[in-house]
Order: sequence, then C-alpha cells, then structure tokens
Amino acid sequence: MVITTTKSAYLKGFADGAPFILVIIPFAALFGLIATEAGLSVIEALSFSVVVIAGAAQFTALQLMQEQAPTIIVLASALAVNLRMAMYSASLTPWIGAAPLWQRALAAYLTVDQSYVVAVGQFEKAPEMTIPQRMAYFFGCVTPIVPLWYFFTFIGAYLGAQVPDEWALDFAIPITFLAMIAPMFRTLAHVAAAVVAVVVSLLAVAVPYSLGVIVAGLAGMLAGAQVEYWMASAARKGR
Amino acid sequence: MIDKTTLWIVIAGLGIGSFFLRFVFTGLVGNRAMPEWLLRHLRYTAVAVLPALVAPQVIWPNATGGETDTARLAAAVVTLAVGILTKSVIGAILSGAATLFGLLYLLG
Repeated sequence: MVITTTKSAYLKGFADGAPFILVIIPFAALFGLIATEAGLSVIEALSFSVVVIAGAAQFTALQLMQEQAPTIIVLASALAVNLRMAMYSASLTPWIGAAPLWQRALAAYLTVDQSYVVAVGQFEKAPEMTIPQRMAYFFGCVTPIVPLWYFFTFIGAYLGAQVPDEWALDFAIPITFLAMIAPMFRTLAHVAAAVVAVVVSLLAVAVPYSLGVIVAGLAGMLAGAQVEYWMASAARKGR
Repeated sequence: MIDKTTLWIVIAGLGIGSFFLRFVFTGLVGNRAMPEWLLRHLRYTAVAVLPALVAPQVIWPNATGGETDTARLAAAVVTLAVGILTKSVIGAILSGAATLFGLLYLLG
C-alpha cells in the first residue's frame, strides 16, 4: 500500500501493527492473572496497565513488591527496565520532533516496543512521509494493540482469582522475561551484557532490598558497551 | 501481601517516570544529538536488567523455598533456547510452559 494521504498512512500503520495482537493478548492476560495472584484487585491491575503501559516494568514492579522491597527500590528497578524507552524516544525525535506538542505527548504515552519498532522501520523506509503522515502511521500502529492491552489485563485479572496453585504461576514471570530477552541477543555485546548481569546478580543475591539487581544491571550495561567498543575498534584496525 | 499505599505510589510513580522516559527526547531535547557513549550504554539496558532480575528466581525459586528445582531450571533453559533459535516470543513462552508443566507432572 502506497501512502498518499494521512488516512492511508493511518491504515498502513494499523495493518503493520495488527500482527502484534497475537503477542499482546496472552501477555496482557498474564499480567492481569499474576497481578490478581499477588493480591491486586481487578481495578488495581487495570489501573496499572492503563497508567504505566509497559509490560516488563509492570512485571518487575509486581515481583519486587511481592518480595517486600522498599518502594524506592521497586520504582528504581522498574524504571531501569524502562530505560530503553528513553532510547526509543531519542531515536524517534528526528522523525516526529517537529509535530505539535500534544501529539508528541500522546505518542510518548503510546511508545511501546511494538509501536517503536514498526514505526521507525517505516520512517526509515519511506523518508518522504510528511510529519502528519508519520503521526497518523504511528497512531495507526497502536490502534490494534493498546486497547487490547487494557482489555486483556482486565480479562486476566477477572479470571485470575480462579487459578489454582498447581499451575506454578510463580514461574510465569521468569519464562515471559526470558522469552522477551532471547530475540534481543543480536551481537556478542548483547550476550556479554546478559552474562555479566546474571553472574553479578547471582553473586549479589544477598544484597538487601534487591539492590543487587540494579548493581548487576549497571555491570551488564558497562560490559555490553565495552564489548561493543572493542569490537568496533577491532573492525577499524582490520580494515 | 502487597501494601495498598505502596501499590498506588508505585503505580503513580511508575506512570509518571515511564512517561518522562518516553517524552524526554521527543518532547524536550528536540533535534540535539546525544553523546555516543551514553547511547552505547543505553542499548544494553534491557538485555542486562531483565536477566539480572530473573537469574536468582531461576536458580533459587521462592516457590520451592529456595531449593533449585529441575522443572523450573529446565523450563528456563528451553524458553531461552527456543527464543534464541526461533526469535518467537510466543513460541518461547509456550515451549517453556510445556516443559515446566510436563516435568512438574512427571516428577510429581
């Protein structure tokens, strides 16, 4: 489909975002379910998804609150998980930075992994798109995703109270996180970041208030950045 | 049980903080470039923080009182392997869950 109007941009965005429906439904339902398991009401679980709209950070906060970590640690860890959103924001800026402020604010709220990946891909492929077309495309991407994020959080929370203990839902968060991380291992630097983070995290497991997670995360980021730097230097010398 | 005041502070704080992280560049920085060293570190945030969070739960799960559990360990390995090989988040979740439930059933 060629984008000639804002309406066709919106429709193309909608079509490109639609495949993520398959990811969002189970992920949202799982959050609702686990939130109820942790003692949240349906309204609290739904508020969480509407206000925060960031799955991995929500799971992180939930897990740390269950471990009775202090509020400041819960916030710091969950926001650290969301730091990549600042990366997304930085990378979207050249494309939509000139749009009206209210549109940028709305787009910021709606910036999630899926909308970011799809939108930046399209903007790079079709740099001739106008600013209104880019915004229409972006809002098109999130239209099939975000309402389902809310709705299936509600469904998951609503059904959650009926789930028996034998279902081992304690392990749903680790499995979901591992599944989300796995496709991110694109380079040696990503692997190094994860390995260092895991080793430091296991060594620091006795550090109180889950502060070990933040220390381990920082160590992993330093390792990833350093390996990337070495590899880039080696590539330059090899030429 | 999670304290209700804590919960609402976390929901509000995380909402404001997450919005700020998403808005900081599109909204406030405009077209100025960010230093390369900062971008280089930010690229590894997700692959560092999430594994750090999960690792102790995989090795010493709360549900078993901290005893390393074959079913959970195997489920974690399978999830990661399937995710890396297929790049499919859903495929990895389903494989991991199947491994977990299969082994929990077999090992009883």
